Order: sequence, then structure tokens, then C-alpha cells
Amino acid sequence: MAILSLQGVSKNFGALKVTDDVSFDLAPGEALGIIGPNGAGKSTLFNLITGNLRPDAGQVLLDGRDITLETPMQRCASGVGRSFQIPQPFDHLTVYENLLVAARFGGGLAASEAPLACMDILHRTGLSALSDRKAGALPLLHRKRLELSRALATRPRVILLDEIAGGLTDGECVDLVATIRSLHAEGTAIIWIEHVLHALTSVVTRLIALNFGRVLMTGTPDEVMAAPQVQEIYLGIEA
Amino acid sequence: MKAVLTLGVGLAVVLALALVPVIGPRILVQDLFKVLCLLVLALNWNLLAGFAGLVSVGQQAFVGIGAYVMFATTILWGWDPLAGMLIGGMLAMALSIPIAFFAFRLNGAYFAIGTWAVADIARLSFGQWRALGGGTGTALPRDATREMFGVGLVRDLLGVSPAAAIDAVTYWLALGLATVMLVACWLFLRSRMGLGLQAVRDNPVAAQSVGVDPTRLKALVFLLTAFVTGLCGALLFIQIGRITPDAAFSVIDWTAFVIFIVVIGGIGTLPGPIVGVLVFYGLQRLLSDYGTVYLIALGLIGIAIMLFARRGLWGGLIHCIGFDPFPLGHAAPRLARQSIKEDAA
Repeated sequence: MAILSLQGVSKNFGALKVTDDVSFDLAPGEALGIIGPNGAGKSTLFNLITGNLRPDAGQVLLDGRDITLETPMQRCASGVGRSFQIPQPFDHLTVYENLLVAARFGGGLAASEAPLACMDILHRTGLSALSDRKAGALPLLHRKRLELSRALATRPRVILLDEIAGGLTDGECVDLVATIRSLHAEGTAIIWIEHVLHALTSVVTRLIALNFGRVLMTGTPDEVMAAPQVQEIYLGIEA
Repeated sequence: MKAVLTLGVGLAVVLALALVPVIGPRILVQDLFKVLCLLVLALNWNLLAGFAGLVSVGQQAFVGIGAYVMFATTILWGWDPLAGMLIGGMLAMALSIPIAFFAFRLNGAYFAIGTWAVADIARLSFGQWRALGGGTGTALPRDATREMFGVGLVRDLLGVSPAAAIDAVTYWLALGLATVMLVACWLFLRSRMGLGLQAVRDNPVAAQSVGVDPTRLKALVFLLTAFVTGLCGALLFIQIGRITPDAAFSVIDWTAFVIFIVVIGGIGTLPGPIVGVLVFYGLQRLLSDYGTVYLIALGLIGIAIMLFARRGLWGGLIHCIGFDPFPLGHAAPRLARQSIKEDAA
């Protein structure tokens, strides 16, 4: 059974259809990539999955259970984690405390378990040396890592990554991709929105191309990137 | 080490304050009683505005409700005023539920105005209570406070007049309330819920996405502060002994001064209200002979602090000395460093 399933999900902002009848299934442990031009409705799709937005039509299912009316907090507790496109750290808390909040609330860990779980994640994402630094003072790369780390601290079964590699240098990107790949290897299901295509296609096994809120095409990365209609919207990009 | 220092100094201060009714003059007891009550109100408002982001200008509603309920149980039912104080606090909390239901639909400045309006509705409503004197108010019966729990004992022990014994009992209650409130604030802010509250303060959307429910935490803080504010209101008016709607629901006395105290002391810091209340008391002693000039001076000082020292006096102080007696942070576990120390040993 699919771990996450969208069925005919639509969302309008006034007359604008930002998400138009989108349906797809995510298998447990699958890594799915979402591409599309700016304004295609990618981040809106994430907000519909996490519950920050309510769809006007359609359903979101987690483990076959309808979660369309649940709050972001409930969905987080049920195992949906996310990182924001523009990092949203808790500025006045330290890096470690940022994770601690996530572990204690969304992750449901007890006071005795949470500290070590947080440190494990910080070691893994390369932030352990900065754990007592205020999150508001971090540079971009570390903010991106913090986004990923904090999402992991909620112990997600499905993790939504929104342009986590955007704005990073190639070297930084390689490290991040390695971390994401290891997550995938452990069986965490991943949906990843990304413009840095080489990073994306090195991890995901399936791609969805969105345009004007609709699913333009679904397939393996090679199939999707080779399709004329995708090439058209990504003019000049060679897969 | 630092924790021991804080605990030691704190205990010494509380002990010294507890001795004031035994050795100090009665006027000092009465003055410090006011200071301690204002500290309790300030700690509550700081928790609301500084940590939960709920800038309420209507906390006088809970002071008034607590006070009026205490008067009602004492005068109409003949209860001990201290039992009435407890009921007053609980009723203030109970009434904060419908108030929250309406006020939580508003944000920021609208929330402030909404709570103010609610407090004024409460003032006008309690002014209709004929049995408690309506708009002109009423006084507590002399016997009720003289026979209050503990007053007889204190009279015998200290050998003082009944009025002085009442002052001593209310003073010790205020000291106890302030101490418990301070410790409870610290424990709460260090707890899971306090951590969640600080996350919500920094970024409500991100807090939701890591499982923190902002509305639930804010409602909890609103309810708990209503309880303590109600208790404090009842205690204030046991000592004052007279009540009118205008005095019990005074926005100047129970909210404007309290906001001033928290802002000059350092909003969103735990010691801020303590520093603020000391400065406020000092200014009051210095300027109280000058009438309205005193209020103008307070306002100017408040504006100056908001413009030039946004973290308040405590925020500036902590920046200079780098020592926080009430650390709210959670240090990351230092496994590596610990093992190095063990190796060296």
C-alpha cells in the first residue's frame, strides 16, 4: 500500500488554479522528485501535503487514512516531516534546541531520549560543532542543513524536501546529497522538489513534472527529462 | 556553580524579605506588599506578552474578578477571605476560557484592544452588583479580616495590633506567591512546553511543522496567568479592605504600570520584571510628591527604554556581565568533551 497518496487534489487562489487535479502514490521508502518551472505549484503541493493549506477538492491519504482535514501538527506527529524552501529556523534558539523542539513535539521523544537522538542527527548532518550556536546567526549552508536536521528530528516516515540544494556550491551540494541518499537507503520515503537536476536525479527513482498546477508527466528520471514537453518548459537544459 | 550561587542569593533575599514584618516598620511592610504584588502581576504579563506573544491590555479584568469574587464569598457567604481568594483565582481562570474564545480570534494590536474592551465590560458588569455596593463599592467587614486564617496566630506570636497582623499575613502570602511564581515560570519555560512556546515566538509556521500547537500553548499560558492574576487581585484587595469597580478594574494600576515594569526591566527575560519592579518602586518614592508629573516621567522613561534599550535594563546588564542567573537554554550534551575529561583524569 502507498504510504502517501494524493487523489484529485485541487487548490485555487481566487481564479488561479495553483494545483489542478493532482494524483499520485508514494510507495514506502520511495524517493520521488518533483520538477517544474517557477510558479508551477510545487511548494503549494507541499503545503497541501503538510496541511499548511487545505485543498478545495480531493483527498490526501497517509497509510490509506484520510488526513485531508488534519492540522500540520497532527500530520507531523503521524510521520510527515518537511524542510522549507526558505529556511525557517527558530532564530533565538540554538541549533540543538531547534532540534530538541522537533524531537520532543513532532518526534514524540521523552526528555531522556531526545538529547541523544538530536546529537545523532547533528553528527550526521555535520552540524554538531555548531550545536550551541544561535540558529539566527547561521550562514545559508548551515541553515539548509538545519532545515534537514530539524525535519529529521520529528522522526518522519515521509520527508518533504523543498529545494534543499538550491543556492549551494557544488561541493556543499555533494555532502547534502550523500546525507539524503543515506536517508533513502534507510527506508525513509522522500519527496524532493529541486531545480538542481543532477543532484535530484542522482537520488530519486521517479520524477513528476508539474506545469500550471497539473501533472505534465510521470516516469523515470531519464524518461521525463527526455520528453519533448518537459524539454520545452526546461528550455536549454540537457538531462 | 552558577546555579548554586543563584539559589543561595535567592534564598537569602527571600529569607530577608520574610523577616521584614518581624523587624521592619509597618509602612515598609505595606510598601513591599504592593511591590511584591506588582512583581506577581509583572511576571504574569511577561509570560503572556514576552513569551506567548499575547500582548494583553486587559489583565485588570482578572485582578477585578478575583477581588470581587473574594468580596462576594466573604460578605455574602461569610467565608474566610483566603478561601475566597482561591475561589477568586479559579473563577478568573474559568472566565478566561470564554474570553480566550473571543480574544484569540484577534491578533497583535487587535488582541490588545479586544482584551481591554473585555476588561471594561467586566468593570461595568461588576458595577451593577448591588449586593457589593454597585458603582460606589463596599468594604470588607472588620471581623472577616481579623478572624482570617493565620491572623490570630501572628498577633500572638509578634504581639502586634490586629491591623499589623493582617498586613503581615497578606505580606507573607504575597512573598510566597511571588517566589512560587518566579520558580514556576522558570520551570515552565525550561520544560517541553516552554521550549515549544519559544519556538512559536520565533516562527509560528515552522513550529507547527515540527508538531507544536501554537494555539494550545498560548491558551494554556492565558488560563494559568488568569488564575495567578486573579489570586493576586484578591490578595491585593484583602489588604486594601475596600473595593470599587474603578479601583479593582483599573487599567492604569494593574496593567499600564505592569507593562511599564516589564518593558523597562526587560521583556522576554525572566529577571526583567524583578529589575523593573525595583526601578518602578524607586521612581515612585522619588516622584510621588509631584502628582501628574510623575506619570509623565514614567511615560518618558518607558519610551526612552523602548527606543534605546529594547531589551530593557536587564537585557543591557546581562550583555555587560554575561551571567544569567535564570538560564532558559538547553545546552547540547557534550559526550566528546566529557570523555576527554575522563581520559585526562
